[in-house]
Amino acid sequence: MKDFAFRVLSLLVLYLALAALAALLIDVAVDGSSRLSWDFIRGFPSRRASAAGIWPALAGSILVIGVTAALAVPVGVAAAIYLEEYGSRSRLARIIELNITNLAAVPSIIYGLLGLGLFVRMMALGRSVLAGGATLALLALPVIILSTREALRAVPKSLREGSYALGATRWQTIWHQVLPVAMPGILTGIILALSRAIGETAPLITIGAVTFVSFAPDGLWSPFTVLPIQIFNWVSRPQPEFQVNAAAGIIVLLAVLLTMNGVAVVLRDRLQKRTQA
Amino acid sequence: MIGEAQPAAARRRRIGAMGAEPAIEWALFLCALLSVATTIGIIVVLASETWAFFGRVALTEFLTGTEWTPLFAAPQFGVLPVVAGTALVSSIAMAVALPAGLLSAIYLSEYASAPLRRTVKPVLEVLAGIPTVVYGYFALLFVTPLLQRVIPELSGFNALGPGIVMGIMILPLVSSLAEDAMRGVPVGLREGSYALGATKMQTSLRVVVPAAFSGITAAFILAVSRALGETMIVAIAAGQQPRLTLDPTVPIETMTAYIVQVSLGDTPQGTLEYRTIFAVGTLLFAGTFILNLASAWLRERYREEYA
Amino acid sequence: MFQFACRYTAAIALMLTAAACGGGAHREAPGGERQHSAMIRVDGSSTVYPITEAVAEEFHKANREVNVTVGVSGTGGGFQKFCRGETDISDASRPIKPSEIEACRTAAIDYIELPIAYDGLAVVVHPKNTWARSMTVEELKKLWAPEAQGKITRWSQVRASWPDRDIHLFGAGVDSGTYDYFTDAIVGTEGASRGDFTSSEDDNVLVQGIAGDELALGFMGLAYVEQNAGKLALVAVDDRNPQNGDGPVAASVETVRNGTYQPLSRPLFIYVARTAMDRREVQAFVDSYFTTGKALVSEVGYVPLTDDIYELAQKHLADRKVGTAFGAGGSQVGLTLEALLARER
Repeated sequence: MKDFAFRVLSLLVLYLALAALAALLIDVAVDGSSRLSWDFIRGFPSRRASAAGIWPALAGSILVIGVTAALAVPVGVAAAIYLEEYGSRSRLARIIELNITNLAAVPSIIYGLLGLGLFVRMMALGRSVLAGGATLALLALPVIILSTREALRAVPKSLREGSYALGATRWQTIWHQVLPVAMPGILTGIILALSRAIGETAPLITIGAVTFVSFAPDGLWSPFTVLPIQIFNWVSRPQPEFQVNAAAGIIVLLAVLLTMNGVAVVLRDRLQKRTQA
Repeated sequence: MIGEAQPAAARRRRIGAMGAEPAIEWALFLCALLSVATTIGIIVVLASETWAFFGRVALTEFLTGTEWTPLFAAPQFGVLPVVAGTALVSSIAMAVALPAGLLSAIYLSEYASAPLRRTVKPVLEVLAGIPTVVYGYFALLFVTPLLQRVIPELSGFNALGPGIVMGIMILPLVSSLAEDAMRGVPVGLREGSYALGATKMQTSLRVVVPAAFSGITAAFILAVSRALGETMIVAIAAGQQPRLTLDPTVPIETMTAYIVQVSLGDTPQGTLEYRTIFAVGTLLFAGTFILNLASAWLRERYREEYA
Repeated sequence: MFQFACRYTAAIALMLTAAACGGGAHREAPGGERQHSAMIRVDGSSTVYPITEAVAEEFHKANREVNVTVGVSGTGGGFQKFCRGETDISDASRPIKPSEIEACRTAAIDYIELPIAYDGLAVVVHPKNTWARSMTVEELKKLWAPEAQGKITRWSQVRASWPDRDIHLFGAGVDSGTYDYFTDAIVGTEGASRGDFTSSEDDNVLVQGIAGDELALGFMGLAYVEQNAGKLALVAVDDRNPQNGDGPVAASVETVRNGTYQPLSRPLFIYVARTAMDRREVQAFVDSYFTTGKALVSEVGYVPLTDDIYELAQKHLADRKVGTAFGAGGSQVGLTLEALLARER
């Protein structure tokens, strides 16, 4: 009897967690769907909630993530290649590994403080798209490194050994054999890291992404805002119409995330098909 | 190892191509070093501003003072109120996430059928992937009003609503890490237990969980670290009033929300107010760093036990 | 297999580059051509913010190529940025004070002071608060003075007949002109108050806090009360001065305009950098405060100044008259519209 009760309790707890997720999504959908329209997506913020739109935030998000990807992806993949293929045995590599695991768990607001001190002040990039993208790049880097390593590890040793047996150098093996096979897994990891970054609010607030930007950013040095910050701005306004806007903004953000994750899942499926082939 | 067993002829060919190899390896190494540079950067930035901060404020006042009013005319720099705020919200979150996460993990690992596990796990991943600003919205506009119907004296800004929502957000982390730990327990241990006539519940609670103890503890510690560093849920829903209290129904302020509050205003470099966010940030970083190290160490130990 | 990977990477790289290029500058300039956008930077008081936001929005509709950013760092924070040359216009809910005058002088920044509206600082509570419908200035002082910190924490301590329950206080942050003015008018010294309350430069946060808390009390610009009708209840203020209205007076556009809501009525300003006025777009923007702006002031919930004052302000603007009319600097308590006019002359 106790056994049955325990089993029911655990299942119940699991379902409660899922129910909470459902409540959240339904609540947001109910609150925000009335506001969702092309005008909303293409419009600019306004003091009148019914006229307010999300375009500057959406454009800002895309631009900032572009910078983040451009910075974090090459460096992250390169670092992972080094750690996995070249240096897995040295003491230094062990320290670097431990360091990366720790960095992946550092609160995102600390990255914001780093970005503020380093990019905004010391390097005098100001509160620009470039500073924002660089800050998020540092945030995404450990995640990209970790997932790329996983993808590289999944490549069978036999592939490498066969390549060496044919006389290829280590780099030739990596570039021509290992990377192509690991690429879908690497891309999946990159997309997941970027989708985490696109939802980050705290680091960008800390470096000073202005919350009252009513125009789309027009370059890397421009002040900017992003989707999560625009949502934060609207949530902070007490009028119910703005809260409806916030919900609609959340729907847009979740749609963007869903698309990115969907692409990642499709890639993962492709990976399975190819390794099975 | 692998690269060494090669015939001489091939080696000659390789030496031709070798010109680029060391350079490439060096470039890759520098990229890997960048991650170390990030940590160094964090420490340098935090330390330099915090050092300047403690040039003006005594360490004892900071760590033991009970009034946090750094922006006011007669500023006081006792950090305990915001630490208490963080502790209060995190405790509520852990009270939700730890038991529920562990129970979910036990169910998924010991009871659930493969199809159920296959459908439920991705859904839990979704919970973990939702941006925290969305959780903040949920806490402020759904959970708190709901709670206010049950607890009428609950303030609009409080620790209870965000705490519960934070627990829901962290639950998948606890669940998946604990489940990984439990899956790692050798099947033999379970079978031995069943052979002795134990029920599934007895096996789970008395054999599997203790065996996976280090891994589960590592998961718990990581969850606490996550809760301490959480920003948006509390910035939106917990309030902006530093207060040394255990009362979850009143507005409070956490360390992370304080940093956000100051960042939203004007932070001219070099002022004492600017430095307070770094002092608080250092405290936060130190706390989560220690927890993360402890968690990693426990996970290593666990891997050794059942390698 | 490698080609597959190459194609994928190329596709994603192309997408990101396209997004990076196309994601910027979505502007509908007249004639369809891309113009280099001009930017006007405004920052400062959250009390003045609704006016500036409205003016900026209407201005942008008529002048698509000009982008206006409006920040809410508080009056003090805004002046800091202004006197560093980081902003063109500073919103202020109090006149510039001596330390800020000095900072601007050192940075060689000349400013033109322009009153643009009149505000009543409202004291508000939750609608379910049935007991605190009026307060005297002394009671407010008792509640907000620095000595009250940690000591005056219950309603019954302010007035014995009130319930013995906690008070939750909400108020403007220290960078806020509202805070400066409130402390000056109520406590008697600018910047002197208790520290244990929810302080924020963003009045929206205060509204949210008070509207969700039965035991709350706070103060904010009148426009925020008007914009959140039904969520907040006004507390009538009695200044014990029979000369300007007997008994407690509730803040409203009327009582603010006719001078009976004292001592919490005050003018709102914008400060424009003299050098910024050389730019055509800044000139047009500031002008619009006095043309379309007047209607917007009422729309957001503040009190428009009298036509005389507006004419005078426009004259100052045309003459590029720099400096402040408030020599002592800082908040001026009890400044009625007539007195303001006299000062400006």
